Amino acid sequence: MAAVIVIVVIVVVIGLFFWLGFNGLVKRRNQVDNAWSQIDVQLKRRHDLIPNLVETVKGYAAHERGTFEAVTAARANAINAQGPEAQAQAENVLSGALKSLFAVAEAYPDLKANQNFLNLQEELTSAEDRIAYARQFFNDAVLSYNTKIQQFPTVLIAGMFHFEKRAFFDAAPEDTETPQVQF
Amino acid sequence: MQEQIARNKRRTFLMLLGFVVLITLVATAIVLLFGGGWVGIVIAFVIAMGLAWGSYYNSDKIAIKASRAVPADETEYRRYHNLVEGLCIAAGLPKPKLFVVNDPAPNAFATGRNPKHSAVAVTTGLLEKMNRVELEGVLAHELSHVKNYDILVTTVAVTAIGTIALISDIGLRFAFWGGLSGRRDNNGDSGPIGVVIAIASLAVLMLAPFAGYLMQMAMSRNREYLADASGVQLTRYPPGLISALEKLKDDKAVVHNATKATAQMWIEEPLETNPDKPGSKFNNLFDTHPPLEDRIKRLQEM
Repeated sequence: MAAVIVIVVIVVVIGLFFWLGFNGLVKRRNQVDNAWSQIDVQLKRRHDLIPNLVETVKGYAAHERGTFEAVTAARANAINAQGPEAQAQAENVLSGALKSLFAVAEAYPDLKANQNFLNLQEELTSAEDRIAYARQFFNDAVLSYNTKIQQFPTVLIAGMFHFEKRAFFDAAPEDTETPQVQF
Repeated sequence: MQEQIARNKRRTFLMLLGFVVLITLVATAIVLLFGGGWVGIVIAFVIAMGLAWGSYYNSDKIAIKASRAVPADETEYRRYHNLVEGLCIAAGLPKPKLFVVNDPAPNAFATGRNPKHSAVAVTTGLLEKMNRVELEGVLAHELSHVKNYDILVTTVAVTAIGTIALISDIGLRFAFWGGLSGRRDNNGDSGPIGVVIAIASLAVLMLAPFAGYLMQMAMSRNREYLADASGVQLTRYPPGLISALEKLKDDKAVVHNATKATAQMWIEEPLETNPDKPGSKFNNLFDTHPPLEDRIKRLQEM
């Protein structure tokens, strides 16, 4: 009689372990996928803010054509880029073009006093922050997921049900160079 | 950073364990003194729990009303909203309701029973005096309170204190008003050991509420350190919060609509404190928040 109880308990414990372990892995993997889409959402948000910014700056600094065209072209490239590496590259180029645009705006005091421009500056700064936070959150999610599938005993379940390691989001090589500021 | 977070969480667990020990001591004292009284103990616990958890469930609304906070308009407080939204992305939290308190003293608090029902409030003074990264550091600290379920932890502590206080109060009243005179221990005689036990039990009943209060203050300070560390983990930028705390250190103003009851939630002690009072090390035991210098030092060590 006692032996039967022991066996039942063991079976229940193993069953619980599989159930909770598997669900935990599913939750974390979905978290990673969701975090990846979040990055896209924030990137698009930045794309949508740019046309308004370009128009506002044009109103005061019409002859800075080179800078506007760079921003507009970079934005188009970023929207059309395919695949994570190409996208990341294009977004970095866009960030650089925006930095140049804001640097140029520094020379126009009327523009800097324009409330619309100030609002857009705040919105774009926070858009950049959100992109950074979304990438940070993605990396945190990947870390949590990768750690869980490597730790014992979940590593056993991960192997059985083909949960695979994910890659972190890496800043593109250009990002780690110090930006050149020219006056 | 990770070690600090882990250490603070361990300390919280130990403190909660401490509360359990204290409650057990008090219950034991009652049983030793009166040879029973379990019904009373359970009733005390239920009352304390009812009071504490009533306020916990509605903590977001109560705290906002008590401090006369008004909802923060999205257009007028664009930066405030933007910063919180960014941090919520980093933390994976839903966005709390945002409020503003019209007060020149720089301060902020967070409340709510869980992330879905949370609220954050800042004073107009804070918005004026802090720059972008400092404000972000403060908001990250507040969001960490939400993320770490600090309102829940505090409510558990308050329930424990309430139970201890009720049991001790009633127990002492019974003891001094005649519950002891007819007491005999199991062997039917009330010898010297019986007297010692009685005195020890009375001592426990008298000191327990005070000990519990000190423990609650210690836990509050511990959770503040944890919120600092968690906040910095969100922003990955300790200098922001450090700079904000340094500004708070130099600003001696007091928040008008804060009381002893709500003091715990604010980012720094909202009530009047005098650092030059004699015996200040002893007085620190009663603070809900650790001294700003110590918080700054811990952040600089990360």
